[in-house]
Amino acid sequence: MNRTWIILGATSSMARAFARAGAAEGAGVLLAGRDGEELAALAADCRLRGARLAEAVAFDARDARGFGPLVERLEAEEGELNAAVFVGSMPEQPAIDRDPSLIDGVVADSFTGPARFLQMLAPVMEARGGGTVVGVGSVAGDRGRLGNYVYGAAKAGFATYLSGLRNRLTRAGGHVVTVKPGFVDTAMTWGLPGLFLVASPEAVAADLLKAVRKKRNVIYTPFFWRWIMLIIRHIPEPVFKKMKI
Amino acid sequence: MLWKTADYTGWGRALRAKGEIARPERRRLLDEIVTGGLVPAIGMRRSYGDAALNDGGRVIDMTRLDRMLGFDPATGVLEVEAGARVGEIAAAFGPRGWLPAVMPGTGFATVGGCIGQDVHGKNHHHAGSFCQHVAGFTLITAAGPVEVTPEGTPGLFHATAGGLGQTGIIARAKLRLHPCKGDVMVVTERRVEDWDEHIARLDASDATYTVGWIDATATGAGLGRGILEEGETGSGLMPKRVRNRKVPLDAPHFALAGPVVRAFNAAYYRRVPATGRTTVKPIGDFFFPLDKIHDWNRLYGKRGFHQFQCVVPLEAAPALRDMLETIATSGLASPLAVLKRMGPGRAGHLSFPMEGYTLAVDFPNRAEARELIRRLEDRAAEAGGRLYFAKDSLAQGTAIRAMYPDLPDWQEEVAKADPLAALSTDLVRRLSLRSAR
Repeated sequence: MNRTWIILGATSSMARAFARAGAAEGAGVLLAGRDGEELAALAADCRLRGARLAEAVAFDARDARGFGPLVERLEAEEGELNAAVFVGSMPEQPAIDRDPSLIDGVVADSFTGPARFLQMLAPVMEARGGGTVVGVGSVAGDRGRLGNYVYGAAKAGFATYLSGLRNRLTRAGGHVVTVKPGFVDTAMTWGLPGLFLVASPEAVAADLLKAVRKKRNVIYTPFFWRWIMLIIRHIPEPVFKKMKI
Repeated sequence: MLWKTADYTGWGRALRAKGEIARPERRRLLDEIVTGGLVPAIGMRRSYGDAALNDGGRVIDMTRLDRMLGFDPATGVLEVEAGARVGEIAAAFGPRGWLPAVMPGTGFATVGGCIGQDVHGKNHHHAGSFCQHVAGFTLITAAGPVEVTPEGTPGLFHATAGGLGQTGIIARAKLRLHPCKGDVMVVTERRVEDWDEHIARLDASDATYTVGWIDATATGAGLGRGILEEGETGSGLMPKRVRNRKVPLDAPHFALAGPVVRAFNAAYYRRVPATGRTTVKPIGDFFFPLDKIHDWNRLYGKRGFHQFQCVVPLEAAPALRDMLETIATSGLASPLAVLKRMGPGRAGHLSFPMEGYTLAVDFPNRAEARELIRRLEDRAAEAGGRLYFAKDSLAQGTAIRAMYPDLPDWQEEVAKADPLAALSTDLVRRLSLRSAR
C-alpha cells in the first residue's frame, strides 16, 4: 500500500528519527520545515534508507499562507495520507516574563499553526477514507508548572484539539495518535540539568510507529511517563501551587 | 545549550575525561563552532582507551551529523556525514547488494572514527584497511574546509587515514562500497585444537572473511585452541531472528573471574560440533557479534577493562605464541580473544595493519593485568610488531616510536593542518605523538 507522511518540523531530533524509521518501511516522506539545507540532507538520507519518495518542502508554523500548497502537494500522492506534527517552541519562561509578546510565537508554533494546517488537511483525509495524524504534545501540557507554563498551555491546547480531531477523523476511517514524550535526548534538552531516564529519539520513533499500527489514542513515551504524570495530575491544587517541580 | 559539561570514557571505561561537549545536529552549527577554533571531533567512543578523550578541554560529538547524502550505483560510491554508523550503512545497503568494503568489529563505529583509526575487518587479508576504500573526504582544517583525496592531496590523506583526528574534523566522506551477494552470511565454524593448527588454518583459508576466536585460558597441549570462522555473503536464505539485549548495570567483579571465564570458554568451544558446522546468519550477527548485547562493556564492572591488541610480522608467529602462553598461564584473560592473519594493506602513516598475525585479548582493569599488558607490549615491540591506537590505553611514547617509523612524516602534515595543536587528545598527549620525542 502506498503510504505518505507529511512531517511538520522535520529537522527536529524526534522527527528525524521518525522520518528515517518511516523511510526504512518504504513510505514516502514530505519533510516540512524552515531549514532548507538540513531538510535536503535529510531527504537524501531518507531516500537512501528506502523511502519511496523523500522531498523537502517549506513550512513555517507562523505563516499560514504556505499551508494550502502543502496540503495540495500531499493530496497529489496516491494511497494513504498521513501527517506527523513535531513543531513547537519553548523559550525559557524568564524570557517570556520579560517579553510577554513571545507568547504569540509559542502558541503559533505549538498549537495554532499545526492545528490550522491539520484543519485544512482533515477534509482531504476524510475524502481518502483513512490515514493517521500523529500529534506530538508534551507532558508539560498535563499540568501548568512554574518553569514552562506558556509552552505547557499551548501543548495542552493542541492535545485538546487532537482529541477533537480524533473524534472527527475516526468517523471517516482515519485515526489520531496523541503523543506525550517525557525527556528525550534532543538538541533542545542537551546539557539541561535535572533530566533523568532520558529516551533516545530512535526509541521514541519506534514507539510512535507502533502506536500508529495499533491505533493507540494517547501514548506517553517512554511508557512510564503515564504513571509519573498520573501522580502529578492528581496532586491537589492547594498542594501543587506551592510545589516547585 | 551548546556546551554540556560531562564525564565521559572510551569503550574500555578504564580511562576517564571531564570536559565540555557540543553535539551539533545541523551542519551550520558545526561551522559556527569551528569559527572559534578547531575542537577535536569524537564519535561513538568505541575506541577502548583515550583516543576520543580530551580531559579538561572540549570535544565535538559528531554522532548527530550522520546522514547518507548520495549514492552512485554505477561506481558504488556512497557519500555520508562522518557521524554515520557503519552498521546502519550495512543495514540499509546490504539488501540492495552493497556493503562497506571494510567493517570493524562493531557496527556502532562512525565513519569518521573508522577513518581516524584506519580500521580493519575480517577481510583484511583480501581487502586491506578502511581508508583504502575511501575515495575522499571533506576535512575542516585550521585553514578551512579542504576536499581530500588520495590522488589530489596525498600528504593530507595519508596523515588523516589512521591519523587520530589530528589533521582536522572529518565532516563528510565518500566510501567505495563493495558489491555483495545479499544480506545474509553463510558462516562455517570449525574447531581448531591448538596453536599450530590455528595458524595453519588461518594461512590456508581462502574465504572472503576469516577470523579465529581463541580460548586464551587454554594451556599446555590446548594452547591456542579455538574456533575458526569463515564467512561469505549469500542471498535467498532466511537467518534466525536475533533479539537485542542490554546489560542493565555494572557487573560485580567476580562476573569475569578466572574460573567463570575458563568454564565459559570450554562451553563456547564445544558449542561447535567436532565436525564443524555451517549456518546462515544476519549480516550484523557475523560482523558485529557483540552489538546485540548493548553496553556489554558494563560486564567488566565500574573499573572497566583494557584490550591488548598487537600485530607481529609473519615470521614472528612463534613470539606471538609465547605471548599467548604468558596470557593463558596468567589466568587474567577474558572470553574475548581474537586471532587473525592480516595482509599488508594500510592507508596512512599511523595505520595499524602490517602483514602478519594480530592477537586481541581483553583484561579486566586490575594492577596485575596492567602489569601483564606492559610486558606484552614490550614483547610485541621486540618481535617487530606494533600496538593499535584504537585499543591501547597503557603504552608509553618511547615504545611507539619504533613501531611507527612514519611518525615524522605524519607530524609534518599535522603541524601544517593544525599548527596550534588544538586537536590534541588524551592519547596524543600520553604518547607525545605530536612532539619530536
